[in-house]
Amino acid sequence: MEKVIAGYSVDVTEEGYLTNKDQWNKEIAEVIAKELGIDELTEGHWKVIEFLQKDFAETEKLPTIRRVKNVGGIATKELYQLYPEGPLLKATKIAGLSKPVSCV
Amino acid sequence: MSNDEKIKKVSIVVSKGSLEGIYPALIMANGARMQGIEANLFFTFFGMDAITKKKMANIKVATVGNPAMGIPTLIGAIPGMSYFATRMMKKQMEELDIPPIPEFIEMIDDAGGKIYACLASVDMFKLKKEDFCDQVEKILTVGEFYDLSAGGQIIFT
Repeated sequence: MEKVIAGYSVDVTEEGYLTNKDQWNKEIAEVIAKELGIDELTEGHWKVIEFLQKDFAETEKLPTIRRVKNVGGIATKELYQLYPEGPLLKATKIAGLSKPVSCV
Repeated sequence: MSNDEKIKKVSIVVSKGSLEGIYPALIMANGARMQGIEANLFFTFFGMDAITKKKMANIKVATVGNPAMGIPTLIGAIPGMSYFATRMMKKQMEELDIPPIPEFIEMIDDAGGKIYACLASVDMFKLKKEDFCDQVEKILTVGEFYDLSAGGQIIFT
């Protein structure tokens, strides 16, 4: 389905995940973050977003929280502080990626 | 499903000390935190091996009395079988990015999951708080466990 986010018309799933990552930009990220209760995307938030995007581009798979820690160098504690209540679900949505389907 | 119907808290009891007895509980607790659900882990009986410093890195698959393994009991009893089966399973899990138990416990703690040991079992096995990994928050009575599980779901594994 189509949705207007930050003035851009984008394709999203029913749950609001972008289906075409080429439509993503930083303004869209900020609006989605606000919808998820994150008022401001700090440097720490961007570090997570950039790692998710980079890792997905390289592996064609969404990283797990463990991979974010071991490969991305972002401690799990920090990840949960930045993105409370479902860190990977929120961070992937903000990063314009698909919803994670892994159990770990 | 509306928000009102969502699970808000789970308390998972881990009573078995085999690899296949421990992992499902850890995956469920970690998965709860990933979903924004509060998670408590309560280790009792041999389940406590998963949080005992000396044992947590050496948890093995049960190759005897485990019909689903497809190994006849007498073969499963041959020395090294459990070691071999455990190694195979760990390799599979590593491919799926499922961490070894000590790292998993640390991740669940970092994710805000709470880890407890059962007082009755601690007394029975003559253990002390120092015998457990640092992530163990407290040794609890059953009553305290029910108190902190109030309003949530209890899962026994």
